[in-house]
Amino acid sequence: MPEIKERNSLEHAADERWEQETLAPVLQKRSERKQRFTTVSLDEVERLYTPADTTDIDFPEDIAYPGEFPYTRGIHPTGYRGKLWTMRQFAGFGTPEETNKRFKYLTQQGQTGLSVAYDLPTLMGYDADSPLAEGEVGKCGVAVSSLADMETLFDGIPLDQVTVSQTINAPASVLLAMYLVVAEKQGADWSKISGTLQNDILKEYIAQKEWIYPIRPAMKLVIDTFEFCTRHAPRYNPISVSGYHIREAGATALQELAFTLRDGIEYVEWGIRAGLPVDQFVPRISFFFNAHNDFFEEIAKYRAARRIWARVMRDRFGAHDPRSMQLRFHTQTAGVSLTVQQPLNNIIRVAIQALAGVLGGTNSLHTDAYDEALALPSDQAALIALRTQQIIAEETGVANTVDPLGGSYFIEALTKKMEDATLDYFAKIDAMGGMVASVEKGFPQREIQESAYQYQKAVERGEQTIVGVNCYQMPQESGHIQLLVIDEGVRDHQVERLHQTRLRRDQGAVANRLEHLKQAAHKGENTMPATIEAVRAYATLGEICTALREIYGEYEEPPF
Amino acid sequence: MSRKIRVLVAKPGLDGHDRGAKVIARALRDAGMEVIYTGLRQTPEMIATAALQEDVDAVGISILSGAHNTLCPRIVSLLREKGMDDCLVIVGGIIPQEDIPHLKELGIGAVFLPGTSTEDIIVFLRENVRPRN
Repeated sequence: MPEIKERNSLEHAADERWEQETLAPVLQKRSERKQRFTTVSLDEVERLYTPADTTDIDFPEDIAYPGEFPYTRGIHPTGYRGKLWTMRQFAGFGTPEETNKRFKYLTQQGQTGLSVAYDLPTLMGYDADSPLAEGEVGKCGVAVSSLADMETLFDGIPLDQVTVSQTINAPASVLLAMYLVVAEKQGADWSKISGTLQNDILKEYIAQKEWIYPIRPAMKLVIDTFEFCTRHAPRYNPISVSGYHIREAGATALQELAFTLRDGIEYVEWGIRAGLPVDQFVPRISFFFNAHNDFFEEIAKYRAARRIWARVMRDRFGAHDPRSMQLRFHTQTAGVSLTVQQPLNNIIRVAIQALAGVLGGTNSLHTDAYDEALALPSDQAALIALRTQQIIAEETGVANTVDPLGGSYFIEALTKKMEDATLDYFAKIDAMGGMVASVEKGFPQREIQESAYQYQKAVERGEQTIVGVNCYQMPQESGHIQLLVIDEGVRDHQVERLHQTRLRRDQGAVANRLEHLKQAAHKGENTMPATIEAVRAYATLGEICTALREIYGEYEEPPF
Repeated sequence: MSRKIRVLVAKPGLDGHDRGAKVIARALRDAGMEVIYTGLRQTPEMIATAALQEDVDAVGISILSGAHNTLCPRIVSLLREKGMDDCLVIVGGIIPQEDIPHLKELGIGAVFLPGTSTEDIIVFLRENVRPRN
């Protein structure tokens, strides 16, 4: 196409003219602040972006209109003019009673969705009275060991009206079962309930490291939930494919994007292999990304994510339903970016990160509390975090127009660069035999470790600056902030409750149903129906996971 | 020539956050120390036993889960029981300021919070590890 070529060279010629006539004399007088300007991912950023940087981008093909393929500009034609993003603050600590109270408080303050943080014993499939749970009960989230705890957690919260997101992975099928049974007891129809289970086991082996079983049986449990929800809870999102933890573990923005989307591809492949039609289950796959400090890099990441997913679903999997191609995602601001030093500064970091999420078109958002480098959020810190989102939504005007940064030379060039580099990672992972095989080989784990180390070195060399940490430090930190303290009484309370639950239930029924579950797992049947029956009989989380451990074994991480 | 400083980097409890532990392990290695990393989910008993078997000069505990007040003192007392009185124990992670004095009273040599430079930790170890022959 000679016409386009000529335009390109004209654009380059225009850039050269500016560089010679206007830029060069200024650089001669005064050099720039740094030799090299980089993003927080240590990726180089050019001085200026012009039409010459976007010549390989085709407007109708690559950018297009919101609500239309490839959804670069968003999945809704009206952006946030129709509906704001869901303000979904992740919360959970102490006993189910305490977290239930926090949920009600956040809802009264205008929060529009709930998100449960479970404690480490729950995340690892141990009951509160397990010796391994000592010191950990209720610390990183709420302690849930049985259906009785789940009933208390959602007491007075109608599950057919509120959408609840649950951050749970290795034992996700059990917590889903508990959730469904609580909903049923409230009189809610499973076909009407909505919400999200994180259930992304791949990123556990890659980054978050809260696993129970070996990778392949764990993948099978994920697919069981896909199958079950497709049939019985069609409005429920059985997975949130998560880059958040991959990023927190040290990945660059690109690695977060590439590994997360490749994880998504892996789940789709496993679902198809289990016999699920693509357009039946993929529309309910959701995603979860980090919002880190580098504003434009993050916005480009979200836009690239939508475009890549749409193309992968259409071209790699032959999806027809537009909903299979529309990537929906939750965003959380970067916990890892928060500093202990001058902690109130974190309020500003969170606000800017949240703004990137919004300008990237996030569907829901969690804003971190400023005290999270020190402890779990206090009431006051949690409230400021929510208010931050409300200020962005109600005061800044950024929600007035769709994809306001679309068409920016810089943003479009960066979006394209992210897309191209992601496809390179896909090719590498495909060549290794897919994501499960790559994880078994330790590929993403090593990539992330390397990036984490390089970042730390860049901070220590002063190339990456963090206010209050390696610049603008204050020798004596003044001011004291009130932190949330979880006392050891939480464990005693939970252990006593668990004891009461065990006394009240029909032991024969529990043993029987756990045996059924083991048989289902052993035969390779879908484990969800047997899990639900075990939960109904008040079998505990620990008992159910132990039953499955007996069949599947446990994962041991090789040294990478 | 004095022997290299030997450090056990340990992850106790259920906490899976290992970014810090791995960055520190590599930085200490790059600084010329011999580093053994325990891997995840170690009980205090496993950590103390590994410290003894590996004959380390220091144990660096990385913990971000809030279980430090339960796990750290137990590791220190198990090390003392095993006769490792000279073994320096340091902690890094999400530790509220209020908990630091108590941890130090129980025998923790230093507590490093997020934002600490690996260089500070290297210097601290070099200055505080008891010299051995």
